Amino acid sequence: MEENLLKTCLYDKHVALGALMSPFGGFIMPIQYTNITDEHNAVRKAAGMFDVSHMGEIFVSGPDAEKFVNHIFSNNISGIPEGKILYGMMLYPNGTVVDDLLVYKEFQPDHFLLVVNASNIAKDYEWICAQKEGYDVEVVNASDSWGEIALQGPLAEKFAVETLGLEPAAALGFYTYYEAEWKGERMLVSRTGYTGEDGFEIYCSHAAVNEIWDILLAAGVVPCGLGCRDTLRFEAGLPLYGHELSDEITPLEAGLGMFVKVKDKEEFIGREAIAAQKEAGLSRKIVGIELQDKAIPRAGYPVEIEGQQVGVVTTGYRSISTDRSVCVAMVDKAYTELGTAVEIRIRKKVFPGIVTKKRFYETNYKK
Amino acid sequence: MAKTVEGLYYSESHEWVKVEGNVAIVGITDFAQHAMGDLSYVDMPEVDDEIEAGEEFGAVESVKAASDLFSPVSGTVVEINEALEDAPELLNEDAFENWIIKVEMSDPSQLEALMDAAAYEAMCANE
Repeated sequence: MEENLLKTCLYDKHVALGALMSPFGGFIMPIQYTNITDEHNAVRKAAGMFDVSHMGEIFVSGPDAEKFVNHIFSNNISGIPEGKILYGMMLYPNGTVVDDLLVYKEFQPDHFLLVVNASNIAKDYEWICAQKEGYDVEVVNASDSWGEIALQGPLAEKFAVETLGLEPAAALGFYTYYEAEWKGERMLVSRTGYTGEDGFEIYCSHAAVNEIWDILLAAGVVPCGLGCRDTLRFEAGLPLYGHELSDEITPLEAGLGMFVKVKDKEEFIGREAIAAQKEAGLSRKIVGIELQDKAIPRAGYPVEIEGQQVGVVTTGYRSISTDRSVCVAMVDKAYTELGTAVEIRIRKKVFPGIVTKKRFYETNYKK
Repeated sequence: MAKTVEGLYYSESHEWVKVEGNVAIVGITDFAQHAMGDLSYVDMPEVDDEIEAGEEFGAVESVKAASDLFSPVSGTVVEINEALEDAPELLNEDAFENWIIKVEMSDPSQLEALMDAAAYEAMCANE
């Protein structure tokens, strides 16, 4: 099985650190180095680093680049300044989601970087290329040549500046980036992340990623696996493609309508479907649910009312930061009001829960 | 290497059984707790529940995943280890010292289908 899995440029270091390795998105990735709880807490209280080299980098450039990216992207990139980053989705015509991604406005006219989910790189690249007829653009999937480290936590800025010497990082606003060089090679440093904490995502060559990883490790930054990446993003109310977003879920249903600019943009793929769904109203929606009991709701468990299924859990945990059993779930609209009493079936028993907001942890982003 | 204890019975699904008279004391093995990592919840049946050999009677959960527990024997649950409700980590600290349920066996001959420590160790070595 493992022969078919891709390895990131940091694979050997993960193995040497004794990480538990497991398949994710077509890659063999570190799930944990010590344990999920300690790694989670390191990011909440100090600083952790993640190998996210599995993420995809697709560059779009050309005279029609802005128009084209706006055509395939749900957020509005018209006239955004260089160095600005926007989160949004690529949608199918029916309004469901091809992928969620970041769009970076590069420091030259008509150049954009799209950062996509590892599991969707091939599908996304194919989708993007299939939409470009009639647009004067070049689309390059450079995922194989870029590595990426996410440095996250309240001490991330200190390590970026003092340990890595990335002084300009301190001045970056949330969702902006700057271009630098690491030993003569191109490097992007953005104030972004997937944890609910302040932090940076650093894109550079494989060799540079290896050097940066070693320097941060020696300085005391905790290596963190995908296990806590999921518990952190979940607590912060951030979606994961395949769970809260998919080709069967629209952004409105996922509670991410603010990233779909139906009013501001006259045209993009999926716009009509989203406009129609807004007009008609939703039949279901992602909500948070908190259990009183310690039982842990997991993805796929049914949400019920009086024995009738009214929804399904998309992600759930015993929240490490709050020590509560919580989940997000896709629930029929009639039961999505805050405070609604629902039940979750966990194996043979049902446990009472209350509908809450889908963010369980107060995020600490630098504005 | 995960430890085992002599004189216990072991199931393929990594439960152990200690026999006291007609009562089977059931827990999970050191191998199982090690594979699961830090446990955050133990889902146990209730006293007087009837359980069947080979069928699910509860689960142990880590941060990441739930793992079903399968009963090595049939019978009636006579006691559950309530200490695990507030301290599931006891199973990580000592999986053999901290049992999960006690079962009044309806068919003690089912024990013959289980493994001894040596056979269980051999099985784990192949996993």
